[in-house]
Amino acid sequence: MAENLLRGAFPLSTRALAERVGIAPMIAAAVLLLILLAAIFAPLIAPHDPIHQNPVMRLKPPSAEFWLGTDAYGRDLFSRVLYGARVSLIIGIGVTVLAVTLGLAIGLVSGFFRSADAVVMRIMDGLMAMPSVLLAIAIVSLMGASIWTVMAAITIPEIPRVVRLVRSIVLSAREEPYVEAAMSLGTSMPRILWRHLMPNTFAPLTVQATYVCASAILTEAILSFLGAGVSTETPTWGNIMAESRVYFRLMPSLILWPGLALSLCILSINLLGDAARDVLDPRMGKRED
Amino acid sequence: MPVLEIEDLRVAIDRKDGNEVLRGVSLTIEAGETVCLVGESGSGKSVSSLATMGLLPKGALKVTGGRILLDGENLLDLSAAQLRECRATRMSMIFQEPMTALNPVLKVGDQIREVLEAHTKMSNAEAHAKVLDILDQVGLPDIERMMRSYPHQLSGGQRQRIMIAMALILEPRLLIADEPTTALDVTTQKQILKLIKDLQKQHGTAVLFITHDMGVVAEIADRVYVMNRGEMVETGPLMQILSAPAEAYTRQLLSAVPSLVPRQARPVSRRNVALEITDLDKIYGGGGFLSKTRTTHAAKGVSLELKAGRTLGIVGESGSGKSTVARCVMRLIDPTSGGIRVGGQQISGLSRRGLHPYRKKLQMVFQDPYRSLNPRLTIEESVIEGPVNYGMPQAQARAKAAELLELVGLPAAAARRYPHMFSGGQRQRIAIARALAMEPDLLVADEAVSALDVSVQAQVLHLLAEIQDRTHIAILFITHDLRVAAQICDEVAVMRQGEVVEYGPTAGVLGAPKHDYTRALLAAAPGRDWDFPNFRPVAA
Repeated sequence: MAENLLRGAFPLSTRALAERVGIAPMIAAAVLLLILLAAIFAPLIAPHDPIHQNPVMRLKPPSAEFWLGTDAYGRDLFSRVLYGARVSLIIGIGVTVLAVTLGLAIGLVSGFFRSADAVVMRIMDGLMAMPSVLLAIAIVSLMGASIWTVMAAITIPEIPRVVRLVRSIVLSAREEPYVEAAMSLGTSMPRILWRHLMPNTFAPLTVQATYVCASAILTEAILSFLGAGVSTETPTWGNIMAESRVYFRLMPSLILWPGLALSLCILSINLLGDAARDVLDPRMGKRED
Repeated sequence: MPVLEIEDLRVAIDRKDGNEVLRGVSLTIEAGETVCLVGESGSGKSVSSLATMGLLPKGALKVTGGRILLDGENLLDLSAAQLRECRATRMSMIFQEPMTALNPVLKVGDQIREVLEAHTKMSNAEAHAKVLDILDQVGLPDIERMMRSYPHQLSGGQRQRIMIAMALILEPRLLIADEPTTALDVTTQKQILKLIKDLQKQHGTAVLFITHDMGVVAEIADRVYVMNRGEMVETGPLMQILSAPAEAYTRQLLSAVPSLVPRQARPVSRRNVALEITDLDKIYGGGGFLSKTRTTHAAKGVSLELKAGRTLGIVGESGSGKSTVARCVMRLIDPTSGGIRVGGQQISGLSRRGLHPYRKKLQMVFQDPYRSLNPRLTIEESVIEGPVNYGMPQAQARAKAAELLELVGLPAAAARRYPHMFSGGQRQRIAIARALAMEPDLLVADEAVSALDVSVQAQVLHLLAEIQDRTHIAILFITHDLRVAAQICDEVAVMRQGEVVEYGPTAGVLGAPKHDYTRALLAAAPGRDWDFPNFRPVAA
């Protein structure tokens, strides 16, 4: 039934794709789509205001009114987890776009211009030497907590990984005869970068982007949990878990549900990344034997 | 009984309705005999040998019929374990690129011993003695030190000797050599061919020698099998194939081999000098930021002159500096000192920006047609890139590209396709069209036909000659192949270790060489005594 629906929706044969990458990434894609829809339509789906406190209803078990129960302030857990997806996805997507764009630009320059390379790469080495969560905490405490500073704080430690990847690809691609041919055709340096070198990075970057995204969502949750992330009024998966940890023995579901959402989200993104790698670079994919 | 007997072997792509790549191939080899399997790329000669070794890539190719008998035993009936035992002890194989066939992190002595350990129960001392013995047989100097070396510390020829030692240490009945000398210089090739011949005599091994090079065939074969597109075309003793080939394909293959007898230089038609190189020096390495690296003097005082409408060849072995000169001329690398004049303009000292107006006067065709075109651009986009860089409007450039593609013999529909849809020869034509789009005065061809099959090579050389007739372009032709140089160059410079050792008209340099090194190169050229296109020995 579901398969028939899907087949109608996509001109591309879903069965052929499933055969190529396996069933897991298809499920992962469905889960992510679900989380994305939930995040976008949270105001419509959520049965309650996620920040409305109702002390009478505190720590209630699941019921018809509160599907997953309520927290210590009597707020609806289901609504809070739904809204939490918004923050996670905004951070995940935002950090990915930022880190990949900046990393790509820096990596291209660093890989192509020998003079810039040494300086840029030492800065990147320096950034990589610092624990990313610690660096993020430092940045957030300097600039104050908001979704934008958190995004910046998570992006900066992610950049070096993208830079190194792009640089290594450019270093090997610039030795290709077609790049030398372009030089002898009088093609300008920026154009060689844009036209002949950058496209080589797209496939590996797509794969890397998924890992950046997963890692950003996880870091955001860690920062929130540590109280160094988005302000505690905003429902995020990390915040919900942090507030609920003292009630863990009383009501473990307060931590289990946001934790499950976080794990599912990250697992799905990673599975999709692996599938993207299998499709884009068959050499690294599964072995037959 | 023959050592190897292949009967009606059929191999197909491992898929439902997969195409057959071998269509009923039969072949026999007696003990002590060298059989050459020749053919162009895609003929199925390597697939035949891999099928024999049981090394067909799993999931890609499968045997669909026929028998492969080694001393009467059908190899296709053996289990994987039996086949593994069979390799090395009864049949073994050497490959084209000894660097990738050897394990880079193991000492070569240990790698040879591994063969003994896997297949025999020798004591350590016995094994050691055996390894020393075989290394001695393959003619390596300073054996004790060799054993302790890693592959990267050896030269290409030495590595191939190690491969041969490894293949022959258990005295197999059959040795399969798949293009074992193709990656080697001619002088090294000559030594390796002699080594294989000598060892074969001593041990009575049957050798299946796979090659695309008719010269090598003439040197080593007792009998020859000619393959084309998965079928056996013709077979016979060496002399019969060379002097009286029965099949049209064999004749065509032999006719495409350029003769070593140099052609006469064309009369000088134009006075203007297209390229003048004076005292060119190039030193690689040297001053790092904090460290001193070792330097390599890749070009020493090279002076050459090339007039419009003529072809100057630079020949030499790998490491001779011929490509360094070409790349300096193209300013892909900066010369250390010396002058390069293109059409009277000194370009050796110009900056990248200053060079821009003169770039279009010199264009290059690269060796590897699979890597010299951007796989993501259509043919048209590649061809118009240069003219558009120099301000030609898109529409005009496209019209010009269509014209050029027709000139190099490609259909107009080719413009919108991508490089991977073309064969090596066609890609090289595209690369030539791209270079010509700039209307250059000088074309630098760096081993431009070396990666092509002989028949395709002949067509591309013909195309270059035709273009030269029409446009009076000057061509700087870099090659390791003396046959090609003899046929298309008016003048030739022979390089060794960065120096030009002999320079002059082709007829003189290759016809009556004065320098010892030129003589040695010519003597090493395989099949030098045979005039292939005329099916007879070279008239003395």
